[in-house]
Amino acid sequence: MKILVCISHVPDTTSKINFTDGDSKFDTNGVQFVINPNDEFGLTRAMWFKEKQGATVTVVNVGGTETEPTLRKALAIGADEAIRINTNPTDGFFVAKQLANVAKDFDLIIAGRESIDYNGGMVPGMLATLIDANFVNNCISLEVEGENATAIREIDGGKETLKTTFPLVIGGQKGLVEESDLKIPNMRGIMMARKKALNVVEPVDASTNTKAVAFEKPAAKGAIKLVPPDNLDELVSLLHNEAKVI
Amino acid sequence: MSVLVYTETENGKLKKTALEVASYAKGVADMLGTSLTAVTVNATDTAELGKYGVEKVLTVTNDKLNNFNAKAYADVLKQAAAKENSKVIVISSSANAKFLAPILAINLNAGYASNVVALPESESPFKVKRTAFTNKAFNITEISTDVKLVGLSKNAFGLKESDAAATTEDFTPELNEGDFSTEVTSVDKVTGKVTIADAEIVVSAGRGLKGPENWGMIEELADVLGAATACSKPVSDMGWRPHGEHVGQTGKPVAANLYIAVGISGAIQHLAGINASKVKVVINNDPEAPFFKAADYGVVGDAFEVVPQLIEKLKEFKANNA
Repeated sequence: MKILVCISHVPDTTSKINFTDGDSKFDTNGVQFVINPNDEFGLTRAMWFKEKQGATVTVVNVGGTETEPTLRKALAIGADEAIRINTNPTDGFFVAKQLANVAKDFDLIIAGRESIDYNGGMVPGMLATLIDANFVNNCISLEVEGENATAIREIDGGKETLKTTFPLVIGGQKGLVEESDLKIPNMRGIMMARKKALNVVEPVDASTNTKAVAFEKPAAKGAIKLVPPDNLDELVSLLHNEAKVI
Repeated sequence: MSVLVYTETENGKLKKTALEVASYAKGVADMLGTSLTAVTVNATDTAELGKYGVEKVLTVTNDKLNNFNAKAYADVLKQAAAKENSKVIVISSSANAKFLAPILAINLNAGYASNVVALPESESPFKVKRTAFTNKAFNITEISTDVKLVGLSKNAFGLKESDAAATTEDFTPELNEGDFSTEVTSVDKVTGKVTIADAEIVVSAGRGLKGPENWGMIEELADVLGAATACSKPVSDMGWRPHGEHVGQTGKPVAANLYIAVGISGAIQHLAGINASKVKVVINNDPEAPFFKAADYGVVGDAFEVVPQLIEKLKEFKANNA
């Protein structure tokens, strides 16, 4: 089984988000970049398939040289090789087209349901459609037997089980593995990662269908109204009369 | 070339989000000076759509579509868009809508903007405001394709009544075998409980509750308010509550009218996930908890004393306002 794990290089979840150039660009100053959390759950599940079912695992990212440390981290966690598609990821469609160009030889492609930066939530489904693969989004469990896969997907208010076949693209999230199963690279992994192949692939022509032209920060919050714990009638009254939510 | 809106149903009945996306799509149709057509799949009653601006309903009835199937549903919408010559297609942010959206976008050569929170800022170029960085910011996205797919954030627009009357038309799209290469084998849905996705009020609790055995009062508080229950990330990581309840940056987003946080300190990742909620209440014994900077109303106090009292007060309130 050949697995491709798509990795987004995103600001750490604790990052404060700021913009530059007249609010037209994300300010990367002082921001720590990490493997997108939704992708990391998928990468860890891929490691499980490697250990238990002899899968080979390739990781791929669309981005410039600044994203290579993120790919090296994925290699240190245990991926066999990495591909960097050497271009700026302008929008979800453009990224899906780039991934489609390298994804054709894989049986299983695991991506995160969304990146935590732009939250577009479109790359896995677009990629699946472009390469005519099956697709399961919001995937919280995945088992494979031969060419057949059983996936559980989170739905609003529950979950459902699906039966499908390779080639398959997954939009994964927490649940695919537990938080406690996530691997922190050890020294041996980091040393080995330096020797693994990180292949740079030039991009294919593709259009950009959407463009983030400007950013805004949410309006500043007004001061909180504190209610003493022995006067909860006031809280009920504020929620009813002022906030009008009950 | 009407605007097309996909109005979702649950057991044949229109969901509230369906009425919200219809209201929104009507606003878009008015901007573009065109009409609004809705698509329903196996709906039993679509009359209500007229009240929210829908002029024509394409009703699809097909037993093969009883279980949601992203490829097949995307195929239905693609054929409906072709039939109506639609240039703008509006969908919700439900799990199903987000599942089919990228498939539909490719099949229609449409640019797709998800998590949209307002009517387009301009028609040409077509610009919409959406959330990004998990609600830590907004971005204005320009869609440059001829056909545009807009995913509306839940609770971002609300319901707007208009006085159209909807006509209905049976619509029979052609489905092919390939649409069903992924098959649902079982559905496990909590019944009789409000889900986070549909809830107008969400009651959420964190590590401050000390253990899963103390969730009784959280469930009771949710019950009194007709709310869904949720939890913080550590609580789901420790297995006190199911993953499906985890809200925050790597969990579910919450866009409720009222979000009540009990014993949750308010880590930046948690606040990002619930930021789209309109009114936030925090109950915490630590006055320094970051949540107090993000909430509208707060009670500094012991959850084990405050919550049971609040339940009593709310019961009184409900009895008097029934």
